[in-house]
Amino acid sequence: MGSFDSNLESVVYSGSCEYDADVLIIGGGPAGTWAAVNAAAHGARVVLADKGYCGTSGAAAPSGNGVWFIPPEPALREEAMASREQLGGYLADRGWMSRVLDQTWFNIHQLDQWGYPFPSDDQGQRRRGSLQGPEYMRLMRKRVKQAGVRILDHSPALELLVDEAGAVAGAAGVSRQKGERWLVRAGAVVIATGGCAFLSRALGCNVLTGDGYLMAAEVGAELSSMEFSSAYGISPEFSSVTKTAFYRYATFLREDGSVIEGASGHNRSKIAKTLIDGKVFAVLDQADESLHASLRLAQPNFFLPFDRLGIDPFRQRFPVTMRLEGTVRGTGGLRIVNDTCATSVAGLYAAGDAATRELICGGFTGGGSHNAAWAMSSGYWAGSGAADYARQQGKTGSERKLRHAGGATLRPAGNTSHEVDAGAQVRAVQAEVFPYQHNYFRTADTLNESLTRLDAQWRQLRSSRATDLASSIIAREAAAMTATARWMYRSALARTETRGMHKREDFPGIDTSQHHLLTSGGLDDVWVSTRPATTPVPQAKTEELAA
Amino acid sequence: MIELVSETRCIACNLCVPACPVNVFEAVPDSPPRIARQADCQTCFMCELYCPVDALYVSPNADGLDGVSEEALEASGLLGGYRKAVGWSKGSEQARATDQSFRVLGKY
Repeated sequence: MGSFDSNLESVVYSGSCEYDADVLIIGGGPAGTWAAVNAAAHGARVVLADKGYCGTSGAAAPSGNGVWFIPPEPALREEAMASREQLGGYLADRGWMSRVLDQTWFNIHQLDQWGYPFPSDDQGQRRRGSLQGPEYMRLMRKRVKQAGVRILDHSPALELLVDEAGAVAGAAGVSRQKGERWLVRAGAVVIATGGCAFLSRALGCNVLTGDGYLMAAEVGAELSSMEFSSAYGISPEFSSVTKTAFYRYATFLREDGSVIEGASGHNRSKIAKTLIDGKVFAVLDQADESLHASLRLAQPNFFLPFDRLGIDPFRQRFPVTMRLEGTVRGTGGLRIVNDTCATSVAGLYAAGDAATRELICGGFTGGGSHNAAWAMSSGYWAGSGAADYARQQGKTGSERKLRHAGGATLRPAGNTSHEVDAGAQVRAVQAEVFPYQHNYFRTADTLNESLTRLDAQWRQLRSSRATDLASSIIAREAAAMTATARWMYRSALARTETRGMHKREDFPGIDTSQHHLLTSGGLDDVWVSTRPATTPVPQAKTEELAA
Repeated sequence: MIELVSETRCIACNLCVPACPVNVFEAVPDSPPRIARQADCQTCFMCELYCPVDALYVSPNADGLDGVSEEALEASGLLGGYRKAVGWSKGSEQARATDQSFRVLGKY
């Protein structure tokens, strides 16, 4: 079953819908749509394939999105860049922060020209630092279509195609509402599939299962900062709405009504600790009454669950939980090697949450505005980078001999194979990455124990296969999540300190000798290596950190 | 999770079938679409925004079913409430440009 001529290929793979393109974008959230628009502006013929529906898919569409949008005044920019540097463990890069702020300034004004309905303040000034997801992504879909891009909705990509030299030259997948296969031959591919939230039902995140990481790793791409993957969003216990900004107004309580001192939207450790063996309640009683109406207008979806259940969150306490957002709000992702958002593999680009956000956030969350700025900036650059690369190659996929690169659950390794029980595999990965005592608070012991089980699960997935189109989608998701968990935990094991969001119970402090970045990769054999951070820690801070 | 496709309101336009990012609905000839994969619902509420007649209701319970009644939802006025709040229904358009994040979150 190991060859590409196997029965499986003919069952799952020869594309029944085939397209040729200069650039294929995989993923239709903010990063993918900006990439599509800009690739088309650079003269490329573009196909965009989204797992769900371009316009509603992903973490941004159902959310209120703050944007890291800072006027180009040196003092304001300096303050913005410095604000998360220490929280991020000094792993971010000033050069990248600066160019993201410039690009975001440009793109937001572009949105304004395209008709995004930014509000005005009492002085009549346009206020452009926040994007309502439904409105934003409806507009982006419209612009993508106007740019002449072919959109394939409900078309999850399952694997990349590579040419004889190993350069990426397209992808193949399933058109799930038509029950067909698709295949796109392309001069270059942009991975914009988002991060991985492990089907936790965090808002809009269930399409984000690390598919792009898996496909990219199968062609040899590297990941970076995967230890920064322990982001959890606060939500009402019953709810999917992991919008955490308003918990700045919350008091957190134990079941008996006593206040959890020090717990806040910004300090979730106390909440996570309490949740391990008890319940936590919140009430937004710190919000002044005069703010209530404005809060509702800022994030209508935050109030939906409360309104529908008849809860007044400003006065009544409600149970909360923390849902894993993994690398969606964490900063790990595909490693970027140059200003065009190229990965380490020829013809392959990465943008948005699929790419590492260490460049602007270091080890601290990209949630709450940085990720939104990164998505539109990196998407823009990846789109033009991929278009230029495709043009320089001078030939598209149709002139090359291509090979399908997908492995686990598509082309089983070894002589025997078994049918994959994807649901069971998903639950098994979730059992390793959801619990706060495994992922939020990490130790060498728990990481090693998880890795032993996850490695065994990978071997099982590697020798299993999906039997039909529908099951191939969830089987690949299970494989992607298993691979992602292994890069996360191998990286977490290698960083024997606490830095950014990565918390090691057995190494509670920062270790100044580990001011470096972790690269990871590999599938059957996962590897981790270090490379130097690009921005030095300021001298005064070095002394502070050492003390 | 998605709990209701109102047969009385639905005009079988099937816009929700592509709009749902996790492919919960299935078109049925000459009838309202069916909730074919309810357990896959991620409770993102996007389908409600794309329904032109407010025939859909997503219960806020993300992990289980609440068992809603259409009569009670009609009476409470919850149907279409989210679409109105984001300014996507007729008469509510002014809400599209009332984002107050600059006031409460300190955004530019």
